[in-house]
Parts: sequence; C-alpha cells; structure tokens
Amino acid sequence: MSTASSGFSLKEWVFTTDHKRIGILYLIGSIAAFTLAGLMALLIRIEQSSLGPTIVNPNTGGDQYNVWLYFHGAAMILGFLIPGLTGFAANYFLPLMIGAKDVAFPRINALSVWLFFGGIVLALLTFIVSDPPDVMWTGYPPYSIRTGGNTALYVFTVHLLGFASILGAVNFLVTVIYMRAPGMGWNQMNLFVWSTVTAFIIQLVFVPVLAAAVTMLLFDKYLGTHFFDPSAGGDVLLYQNLFWFYSHPAVYVILLPALGILFEIISTCTRNMVFNYKAAVYGGMWGIVLISGEVWVHHLYISGMPDWIRIGQMVSTLLISVPVGLLTISLFGTLYRGAIHFTVAMHYALGCLFLFLVGGLTGIPLAMTVLDVHLSETSFVHAHFHFIMGIFAAFTVFAAVYHWFPKMTGRLPGAAMGKLGFWLNIIGVHVTFYPLFWIGVKGMPRRYYDYQMFPEFEPFHKIATLGAFIVAAGMAVTILNWIISAISGEKSPENPWKSGSLEWTHCPSPPGPGNFPKDVTVTADWHPYTYGKN
Amino acid sequence: MKKAFGLPIGLGALLLAQAAQAAEVAGKVVDPAKEWDHLWHELLIDIGIMGGIFAVLAAYWIYKYQAKSPDDIGTAPRSLSRAQMWAWAMVPAFIFMADDFFLAAKGWTVWNIYRTVPPNALEVKVTASMWNWEFEYADGTKSTYYVDAKEGDGLVVPAGRPVVLRMTSLDVIHSFGLVKHRLKEDVMPGRITYIWFLPKEPEKTFVTCVEYCGTNHANMYAPVVAVPPAEFEQWLKKKANKA
Repeated sequence: MSTASSGFSLKEWVFTTDHKRIGILYLIGSIAAFTLAGLMALLIRIEQSSLGPTIVNPNTGGDQYNVWLYFHGAAMILGFLIPGLTGFAANYFLPLMIGAKDVAFPRINALSVWLFFGGIVLALLTFIVSDPPDVMWTGYPPYSIRTGGNTALYVFTVHLLGFASILGAVNFLVTVIYMRAPGMGWNQMNLFVWSTVTAFIIQLVFVPVLAAAVTMLLFDKYLGTHFFDPSAGGDVLLYQNLFWFYSHPAVYVILLPALGILFEIISTCTRNMVFNYKAAVYGGMWGIVLISGEVWVHHLYISGMPDWIRIGQMVSTLLISVPVGLLTISLFGTLYRGAIHFTVAMHYALGCLFLFLVGGLTGIPLAMTVLDVHLSETSFVHAHFHFIMGIFAAFTVFAAVYHWFPKMTGRLPGAAMGKLGFWLNIIGVHVTFYPLFWIGVKGMPRRYYDYQMFPEFEPFHKIATLGAFIVAAGMAVTILNWIISAISGEKSPENPWKSGSLEWTHCPSPPGPGNFPKDVTVTADWHPYTYGKN
Repeated sequence: MKKAFGLPIGLGALLLAQAAQAAEVAGKVVDPAKEWDHLWHELLIDIGIMGGIFAVLAAYWIYKYQAKSPDDIGTAPRSLSRAQMWAWAMVPAFIFMADDFFLAAKGWTVWNIYRTVPPNALEVKVTASMWNWEFEYADGTKSTYYVDAKEGDGLVVPAGRPVVLRMTSLDVIHSFGLVKHRLKEDVMPGRITYIWFLPKEPEKTFVTCVEYCGTNHANMYAPVVAVPPAEFEQWLKKKANKA
C-alpha cells in the first residue's frame, strides 16, 4: 500500500483518501482546466488581432466569442486558480507543514475532489451542448435570464465547485486547529498554513452567498420567480451585490495562498527569516479577512448605486492597501541580507514580486470611484486583474509545482527547461498586457470581439496576440518539463533546497502513507524559517 | 452606541459639505473630463513613486544578496525586537493610510463634480435596448442610429452647454460609455440613472455599450455629435417636423 513504491493502480487513485494523492488529483484537474481555458485565451486573442470578425462565424457575430470568454473566465477562476491553490497546494503541503498524518476528515476530502471533477465535467459540457452558456463568469441578470444560452450549466458548475470548496474549508480549518504537531504554537506555523486558514475562513463565510445568488438566478430563469426582475417588483442590482459580496473576497482566496507560497519559496531560497512574521500574519492576512467583506461595491461603481456607498467603499477599498502593504514589506524585506539561490521556483517567485507591484498598484485607480468611471469595463481592468489575479497567482502555482517537485516525485525538476519556460512566460505576459493597459486608458471596452469604432487600437491588439503566443510556448515548455522530469529527472536528495520546514526536514520524498516515519514534535524555539545562527 | 452612530453622521455631514463645495465649482461649469485627466496624472505620479521604490529596492537586493556558495545562508536577524516589530507595522500602515485618505479626498472632490449637474443643462432621455440607443429630447423628438445600415443621427447636442442624460433600459443592463468625456454609467431596466458632460466645442464622438449584453454587444454604438447651438435648434426643428 505504500504510495511511494507500489505500482500504479487506477482504483487506488480513484478511491484514495490520502491527502497527497487528492492534492495530485486537484493538480491534474486544475492544470487540465488551465490548458483548455488557455486555448480559449488564444482564440480570444486571435479574434481581436484584427478588426471585424477574424475567426468567428460572421453570421453569428459575437456568440461564439462570448462562449469562449465565458469558458475562459469561469474555468480559469473556478477550475484552475481556486482549486490549484486551495485544492492542490493546500492538500499536498499543509498537512506536511504542520506535521499531521492526513487531514481531519479524509473521506470528506475525497468527496471534495470528486465534486470538483464533477464541476469540471459540467464546465466541459459547454463544448458539447447546443446552447452553451454565454453569461461570462459573472452571470449578470437580466441577461443571464433572457439569454438562450444554458445558464443552468453555469449555476450547477458553481454549485458543485462551491460545495467542494466549503467541504475543503471545514476540513482544513479543523485540521489546522486540532492536528498540528505537539508543541507547534500559532506563531510557529508556516505562512502558507496561515494563508490557507485565512483563505478558507473567507470561503466559509462568503461561498454560501454566491450559491444563494446563482440559485435565485436558476429560479428566475426556469421556475418563473422574479428576484431580479424589476417589472415584477424584483431588484435588478441584487444579484450583482450578492455576486461581488462573494467574488471580491474570492480574489483574496486566491491572493492569500499565492502569497503564502511566495513566502515559503522566498524564505527557503534566500535561507532567511521572513521579515516581521507577526505583522504579515496578524496585520496582513487577518487584515485582509477583516476588510474583504466591505469592498464589493467597487465592482458596482458605475451601476447607479447611492453616492454614500460608492464613496464609503472607495475608502474601504483603498484601505486594503494597508494589510496588502504590510504583506508586501514582509515579502520584499525577506530578501534583505538573504543568500539568494536562483532555483526555477525562485525565478517565478521573484518575477511575482514585480507582477504584484504592477497588478496591485493598477488596482488603486480602480478603487477610486471617479477614476473607475472611465476605467471600468475597459481593457485596463482586464489587464489589471490578469496581472494580480491571473498571472501572479498562476505563477505561484507553477512556482509551487517546481519548489515541491522533489517532494512529490522524488526527482529534481529540469532547471534549464524550467528557466526557459519562465522567461518565455514572463516576457509573454508583459507583451500581452502592457498594450491592453494602454488602450484601456484610451477607452478600449472589454468583451468586444470587434471594435470598429476604435480602429486605432488594432496594432496594440496584434502585439497582445503575439504575447499570448509567447506565453503559450512558455507553458508548453513548462508542462513538457514537468512530465519529462517526473519520468526521468535526476533523483533528488531528501532536502534539495535545504529548507527548515517540516515537510523537508522530517519526511521522505515522496512521503509514504502517514507521511512521517516517526511522530513529529517541535520545541518552543523551532520555527520553519530559522536559517541563520544569529 | 453613541459612538457607533457618530461616525456615519460625521461622514454624512462631510458628504454634504463636499457636495455644496462642488456645486459652487460647477457654477463656473468645470469640465469633468479635464478634472479626470488631472487626477489621473496625479495618481500616476503617486503609484509611480510607490512602485518605483519597491521595484528598485527589490532589484538592488536581488543583485546584491546573491548566494556566494550552495551552502550560503542569510544573515537577517532571527526575530525583531518588540519595538522594531511594532514600528515596522505601524509606520508603514500609517503611511499607506495617509496616502489612501489623500487619494480618497482628491477622488471625492472630482466625484462631486461628476454628480452635480449644472442648472442650465440640456436634458435628454436615453433608452437602451438590445442593441440600440434611442435619444429623446424635451419636446418628444426622438433620434437613434442604426448600426447595420449606418443610418441616423444618434445623439446631437449643442456645443458649449452641459448635457444631462436620464437613462433607462427596456431589457437587460447596458452601460453608456463616452470615452471622450471619461464617462460611464449603467443603464438598467426599472431604474433611471444620470450622467452629464460638457461638449465645449463642436465635436464628433460616439457612445459604446460597455456592459456585456449578448450577441451584438460589440456593435452597440451611436454617434454623439456636438454642433453650434443655432445648428442644433435647426436640426431639432427639422427632426420634429419629420416626425
């Protein structure tokens, strides 16, 4: 039954309750979602590369393009980023980091991953049914109720993935609270563990709101209720309020574990203590949890909301910069007096620091109500959230795969191909999104397959499309590298990056069932980030 | 409990004071688009400085603190003293907060200009539907634009006079986007929203739909034309007679 040595058995993988295998299943599912959604991104970029219909059928106009957009957004966020960070990374690494043998409820964990795969299958039906959903990942009514597209598919996908996420949240919170190695205090936990705890608290509080909102959508469309229909006394903006009440905190569900991964990699690869650990945890992570529920209206700045709430939430949204700023200082400060070892994961992590600056700071004008009036719904927004949520978070997932590759496979990831993939990716994303920032400020609207009123933007779209293909090449190299290294990579030493964290110091690579050969206890002066002697 | 109510009341009073001030500024009819551009440039400086400091520091440290050997370890202190810990949390927190409030105050001032319609503004009703813009003037005259046939006048307004749009939708949510005037507001069924703009000189621009509304979302646009006032009166008369 050893996961390390016994031969491959499909049955063992399907019915597994081992958190490491479940983590790998999440990784496979989320990378599959990423690949398909990435192909949609290429179609989107090709379509926009020239004026007029480029590859869409001219007779159906935007319909095809709208389905690509829907799938790209929904699959990237719900099928890749959230499951990649809170499914794959949390499952595989969190129990190891706290010295636990598994999660608190292994069977519920198995249920989570299969609900997730159910959600992915539902999302894939987009390409099979004759009336694919075309409601974007936001699903705003009344459009989502009037459309001939299959809104139910969207709703059920959200239900399944949301349910999986709530189960995961309960599971991991209980695991962290009750299953830490004896002696491990709250201030001795890895920052990735803290980031997962705070992210799952956000999920637990806010996912039910999203589930309720999309359920009301379902009732309005198929059962004849009028929650969102103003002609029958409903409220046309209610859905948007409920949706963003979840979906803005959802970006922190992505951001927090992404930052947690960065802390692990940067601290390990600089062999340095995290700078001001407590400020990062209590000021940064908990600060975000505290404010995350009071900022959703910045998604509705141009929706005719009352002035007092548009101004009030401008202030609360700007204040997010305080906890995020503290996390930034801890993250950048960890480099100070470090000894930087340039592993492939560290390349991604350092790249992320710069992506974080661009993505974070371009959020500030969007937080300001009046500046957002011009910028919202333009490709400036689109470039902003791709930098901070899309690329930044995706890079942390890739960094995590590289950093813990020896842990998962017992082999070292190929460094040359890894670095080639990294450089293609980071150059590609800048080539793609800087032109979009620029034309966004000049007024390029989002979700346009054609832009005949803005012919002057065509060259910028061409450059952006070129960038997307550079990223595609980078990702092809990256995924190929993972496959080759997993099969025939050089055998790894037990602790190749010389980390001080429990998953490297106390358990073999890859870990067998039960993770740790001997029960782990930690002393009061133990800390995952102590490297120096002073 | 008193304290809990004090805050919103204080904020409310501030809001009123700001609104009154904005109305005064608007008395001279300030062009909101110009104010927007000004604020945007200030903001770029603000985030440029902040981003620049972090980026340069990170680049320098990445260069300076490269490991000398595979076993090299960092030399930062294991832990900060209590005073250092608090200082490194509170000082940056207050700097960020100060910048937030500074930006919020600046943004609020321009926002009030955006929301305070000058008294002599021309009123036009806007009705959006999938996928068309229709404009109705005070005398009931209607104007529209047919994208496929490229026919119709769209929104015609007199140059030099503020224009206020009262907008609603017949079906789904659309959004009135007027890039030239840095303006955008959703147009919804069952609600009326408003925006105003100031076409100082005769100009030819266009409105695009900027809230996703299905198949022809990308083609939902109409010309917005400002003409000399006399020409506008003529146009309106001709249009009314035709109807």
